[in-house]
Order: sequence, then structure tokens, then C-alpha cells
Amino acid sequence: MKISDREILIWLNSIGLSNNHIKNIRSYFGNLKDFWAAETKDVYNIGGLTDEVKGKIIKNKNIDNIEGLLMKLEDKKIDVITIYDDNYPTSLRYIYDSPNVLYVKGQIIEEDNLALAIVGSRKATAYGKWACEKFTRDLVNLGVTIISGLALGIDTIAHRTALNEGGRTIGILGNGIDVIYPKKNKLLYEEIIENGALISEFPLGTPPLPYNFPQRNRIISGLSMGVIVIEAQEKSGSLITAHHALEQGKEVFALPGNINSIFSGGTNKLIKDGAKPLLSIEDITEEIPELMKKQGISKTNNIDYSNLSETEMKVIELLKEGPLYIDIIAYRIGLDISTINSVLTILELKGMIKELPGKLFTIC
Amino acid sequence: MYSNVKTCVLHGLNGNIVDVETDLSRGLPVFNIVGLPDTSIKESKERVRTAIKNSGYEFPLSRITINLAPANLKKEGSQMDLAIAIGVLKSSGFILNDNLQDMAFIGELSLEGKINPVDGALPMVISMREAGISKCILPFYNREECSVIKDIEIIPVKTLKEVVDYLNGELKIDPYAREHNQLYSGEKDYGVDFSDIKGQSSLKRALEVAAAGSHNILIIGPPGAGKTMAARRLPTIMPKLTFEEAIEITKIYSVAGLLSSKSLIEERPFRSPHHTASSVSLIGGGRIPKPGEVSLAHNGVLFLDELPEFSKTVLEVLRQPMEDGTVTIARANGTVTYPAKFMLVASMNPCPCGYYGDPFHECTCSQASIDRYLGKISNPLLDRIDIHIEVQPVTYNDLTDKIEEEKSATIRERVNKAREIQLKRYKNRKIFSNSQISNRDIRKYCRLTREAENILNMSFNKYKFSARTYNKLLKVSRTIADLDGEELIQDKHILEAIRYRTLDKYWG
Repeated sequence: MKISDREILIWLNSIGLSNNHIKNIRSYFGNLKDFWAAETKDVYNIGGLTDEVKGKIIKNKNIDNIEGLLMKLEDKKIDVITIYDDNYPTSLRYIYDSPNVLYVKGQIIEEDNLALAIVGSRKATAYGKWACEKFTRDLVNLGVTIISGLALGIDTIAHRTALNEGGRTIGILGNGIDVIYPKKNKLLYEEIIENGALISEFPLGTPPLPYNFPQRNRIISGLSMGVIVIEAQEKSGSLITAHHALEQGKEVFALPGNINSIFSGGTNKLIKDGAKPLLSIEDITEEIPELMKKQGISKTNNIDYSNLSETEMKVIELLKEGPLYIDIIAYRIGLDISTINSVLTILELKGMIKELPGKLFTIC
Repeated sequence: MYSNVKTCVLHGLNGNIVDVETDLSRGLPVFNIVGLPDTSIKESKERVRTAIKNSGYEFPLSRITINLAPANLKKEGSQMDLAIAIGVLKSSGFILNDNLQDMAFIGELSLEGKINPVDGALPMVISMREAGISKCILPFYNREECSVIKDIEIIPVKTLKEVVDYLNGELKIDPYAREHNQLYSGEKDYGVDFSDIKGQSSLKRALEVAAAGSHNILIIGPPGAGKTMAARRLPTIMPKLTFEEAIEITKIYSVAGLLSSKSLIEERPFRSPHHTASSVSLIGGGRIPKPGEVSLAHNGVLFLDELPEFSKTVLEVLRQPMEDGTVTIARANGTVTYPAKFMLVASMNPCPCGYYGDPFHECTCSQASIDRYLGKISNPLLDRIDIHIEVQPVTYNDLTDKIEEEKSATIRERVNKAREIQLKRYKNRKIFSNSQISNRDIRKYCRLTREAENILNMSFNKYKFSARTYNKLLKVSRTIADLDGEELIQDKHILEAIRYRTLDKYWG
């Protein structure tokens, strides 16, 4: 069997060589085919590689290993896109330290070029949840693919809302593509594969190691036209993503929060440092020309309140002032709690209001 | 001389009639008790001997053999003292009455000859009546709790001498009896009232629904939201006890030795074990199995404050009694089944620090620690809780507001009405409330209007409820409709019931 550069690259990635290692090998041999043909002693002469890495190469340098690997990938229905391939995402090709190999489950399609990343902390407040759902929904309605990192909290909400709204979403993993982390998101994994893609640059079976996550963040921002940070504490991985986005020349949007809330400390700081405050969907469309065009055609997203009963309308009017507790709603409207209970449910069923933790209600 | 008198031992809540056979024969003076007696019965030798002497009778100087029949049944309890003493006195000729076969004796003797009260008098009397005994001689202090039992004469006695005189016809003691309608002495003053709670209308409404249908309820909220305060006021709106329920409760308390009022228990029990409770204290146990908190809460409320603080194994043991309404405890001395049909009221914080979702405080927990905290409560346990309600702390304005809050008595009236409808509906079905409808019968009792069906379908598409949730939703809707006095479940009932399913937000 004749071995192509592409296959050698996949193999090198699979045995755990970093981008830097591979770069060193390439600069020593010129191309990977020569490296494959090289003798063991030549491998020892490669500069910039530790003995451990060299040992790993020599131990695994075997045609059977490559064939086995390719078979395994096919078995698990995992597509591989390398930097040698034509279908390698253009947006990733020109970022700093672009990944050599991408393992993909699901489909990346033409429309996914119009993508925005939504990231945020693992722990979402009611406000963050609400904002994340709102902007995800608005973006999906504009035909935007939502990219995020499949972590708990904001990431999960973004993926979940995109799927619920019938949109496309791409998840970038910080672990091997065949590892499900966090376990809670198993169902989400499967749904994303159906309606988008999962992407990882890490070899199969890589556990979710803490230092992998900052690294994958450059792919999140790289694939997107802009990054929206919903909620982040002052030290947060989401800020790393925002940082990558700036380096890659992408837009960064940050959701402003109360200055006394630790969960908005990072986003507020981003705004102070020049990120665009996210107040409405127009703030995004203004900055991204492709979306500007689309906004004209997309259906206006105003909710039609005309079919509501008198009480329902009263509740809506009240909630327009801001989120309120059920007891306060009942008190202000002056109806008994059982009636308010059913009115709130019917409004929720109609998709006009939403319940947040703590019996707090808000309009969508 | 041979004699035979009857007494009773308890096995769980069931009494077994025991024949105390006494034989006096010539020989060296000894006093032997055979027939699997435990230590408390062996010790009764000394009490019996001294009590007989101090009552003015002569203790026979002969070989005394006592047999407790059936001899293969393990026996325990000091209530046999009286029967043994009577047996000895009868054999030695102090009692002339030969007609002792249709009566039974229970009571513990003091050295002085007085008769002390015993635990479990009520279940014993009930078992004796079932065994066809027509007259029971029992301690004066136990007379109140047993007086409600018909078809058996209760002869309360204070001393051993009184018993002998009564049996010999020298003293007349009237059977003690009370009419059932004397039981309920009007409204009880609990010292607390629902009107003490300012604001919190949604919590109060949820508790009203829970009380009406005997639904298990979980209250989630930050510290200071009034979870415990509200739960402690729950007994003031619980539906009133039926006579049969009161008897069941009194039996359990009698066996546990917790009958303080000495008469029938007339209010629903409210048990709130601390979260350091062990599984044995909750379920019951001991060498001779005694009822635990779940049985003491029978027909009443089991309140578990700070639910996740209970150890996981303790919470899991609750599952079986919640499902079956009984709890079976197996020990070396035998297997005992106690009833345990309780309404579970649990409260918890939304996260370890307590402030997740609180408007005034910042929650500092990490998502992982919140998950761990919530994870202490298993899904099977959550599945058995029909109503979930979140509460928020009241503001200063709520506390000072002059609005007239509803009194417990008013709420209780509605609850009673709803419960009466249920009792009528489930007559002869062996269930007493909506929470007990079996899944098989759910469609039979929970019939919906067309609009309600539509709403139900809509909500299923929207919220993606599980099949189990569906059943619970229907049961809670049934109760809300009963509170409204409606036969068919309407859309507004379903809509309100959906509000009590907030669980998925936390355990989604």
C-alpha cells in the first residue's frame, strides 16, 4: 500500500504528537513521505523533539498501525479532515496554529460558513440563560449556525436552543470525539450529529484534560464570524475564546451585566476593553454584512399578542417591566393564585413567557 | 391446683392471646416460668411474689410452675405480671370465681401491689375482641385509649386487691366506655396558623392542593424563604381524621409507648426527624422491632427538612414504604409489618450555599457542586413526589403588608370538602385520596374535558413529559378539580397542575 502524506499526518496526530512536533518533522524532511521512508537513525536526528516523542514514533511506525487506525475511524463513522484536504474549512486554514487534523462526526455544509460562536460560563444565572436562549433563537432564525464548546451551562443552552429551534449547531470538543464529556450531554451529542457536527482535533480516546480546553477555543472562534460571550467571570475560559477571536480578527460581542454580579465580571471587562456590548440582535447584524442582508428577508420576530385574553394581556404588560415572581404577579393583578398559575402556563405554552429558576417569569 | 387465665402479647400491631397455666404442687418451693419468656417476664417472678404479699395475701409455699401457651411463641412485655399473679392467686384459692375463661388480664405490677400502665394496650384490646374475649381487665391509666372499642367490657383497675375483690364479687367496677362522637372536641388550637405567613400565596396554594389530595410535596427555596414555617403549619389545614384512621394511628403510638394523651389520637401526626436520623429510626427496628418515623407518620405528615442533608441510604429506604404504604421489618425475633401511609413533605435549598436564583444574594457554588448536591436525591425518589414548588424570600413590604391573609380554618374547610369527595369516589376501593390512584385506574377517575385534552397534548409537545409525569399531572389535576368541586377535569386544572412540575429545571 502506498501511503499518502494525509494518512501519515492522521497517524502522527493519533499517536499524540502536537502541531509543533509535526511542524518540526516536516521542516526536517520537507514532506511526510520522506519521513515515513526514513530510517530509525534519521528519526533520532530530527531537531526539536524530545526522546520520549521519538521513541513513540519509532515504536508505532508500522503500516499495520495506520491501516488499523483508518479502519477504526471508518468503523466508528468518524470523518477526518486534514489540512491537506480541499474541504478543510477556509476560515481555519489561515488562523495561527491551525489544527492539522479534524475528527468530525456529522456534516459540515456550505451554510455553516455563516456561523457565530456563543460561549459562557459553566454556571448560568437566570439572566444568562434567558439571554443565551433569546440570542440563539434570533440567530437561528437568521439562518446562522451556532458554534459552542459543549460544556455545561451556557454552551449546553446554546446548542440545545439551536436544536429546539430547528437550526444547525456545531460543537467543538476538548477531548477525543469518541469520548462523551460531560456525560450528562449524551443525548445532546447524538442530536448535534444529526443537525450539525461535532469536531475535535484530539486523537480518539483523549480524556477531557483541563489544558485541552483553552486549546480547542481557537477552533471555536476560528470557525465563527464572531464570538458572543454571554456570561463569564473574570477568570474564565470564555475570555480565552474572546481573545483568540480578537487575534483572528473576528468580532467579539459581550452581554453586559450588573457590575455587582461576579458572573458578569468578565463580560463587563470585555466591554470595557472594547468588545461590542450586546443589547439587541441588531448589534450583531450591524457588524456582520452577511447577516445585514439576511435580516431584510427574515421574518420579523415580533410576537403577536393580538389573540390574548384580557388577563393574559395584563400579565404580558406587567412582565414587560421586567422578570417578576409569581406571587408579585398575582398580587399586582389582584387575582387568586390558582388563576394566575393557569394563565402563566397557557402563556408559556404559547411561547410568550418563560419560567426562570425560583418561580421567576419573563417574556421571551 | 391448676388454673388457667388469659393475657395477650403483641407481635407488631397484632396481639396473640396467651394462656397462663399455673400449677401448684408439693415439693421444694420454687417458682418457674416456662414457654419462651423473655427477661422482662422472668423478672416478673419477683414483682408478682412481692405484690401478692404486699396486697395482703399469702404467697404459696409450694412448687409453682407457670406455662405460657402456646409454648412455641416468643413472649415479651411486662403486661403479663397481672395474669401470672391472678393465676397464682387462683391456684392457691384466693380467687373463688371459676369463670375466668372469657376474660383477659393485662397490667404490670408494682411491688406495692399497684397496677402500672402498659404499652400497646389498644392493639391488645382490639386483638382480644377479635379473639372473642368479652371482658378485659386492664390498668386504670390505659382505660381512655381502649374505651373506644365496642363489644368488649373494659374493667379499669388500680391495684391487685381490687382485681381479686372484683373477681370474688366483693367489689363492683363498672365497665368503662365512651361514645365515639365524644372524640372530637371541636376545633383544636395549634398555636400557629396559615395567616401567620405573609405573602407566599403560591406556596400556600401548593400546600393546600397537597393536603387535599395527600400528595407528596417538595419545597425548594433559599434560606429564609419560609419553607419550614409553612410546612409546620401544614397540620392546621390537613383534613380531619376518620375514626378508622384515628384507631390505626393510636395503635401505632400505643405500641411505641408514645401515647401521651392516654386517649385516642385525634389529629394527624406531624413527624419531623432531624437529618442525622438513621435508616433504622426512620423505618423502625430494634431487637424487638418498634415502629419508626414512617409508621409514626402514618395517616399524617413526614416532614424532612433539608432533604439533601439526609444520608443517601436513609433516603433510599423511604422508597418502598412510599410505594406500598407499609413497612416490613425483619429481625431475629420475627418479622413485623407496620403501616406507613404518610404524606412526604420535604424542603431543600436549590444549591449548597442556598442562594441559587435568589434575587438578593449571589450564589457562589460551582455548577459541579450544585450537581453533586442535587444528585443526592435520586430520580426514583423524585418520581414519587407529585408536587414541586419553588419559593422566594418575602420582602420587607410583604411582611408589613396589612392584607388579611387567609386563616387555616378557611383553607381546611376547602380541603375537607375535597377530601370528602375523594372518600365518596373511592368508597370500597381501599384508597382514600387521589395520590393513591393506581396507574391502571387513572383514566377511569381522571376524566378530562375536550379542552383539557387539547391542553394536555400541547403541553406534552412543549415540555416533553415522561409517562410517569403524565400520571402525576393527572392526579394533581384531579385534586385541583376536586377543590373546585368539578367532576370533569378542566383545562384550567391541568394548567395549574403543570405549574407544580418545576423539577426538570433542576434535575433536567
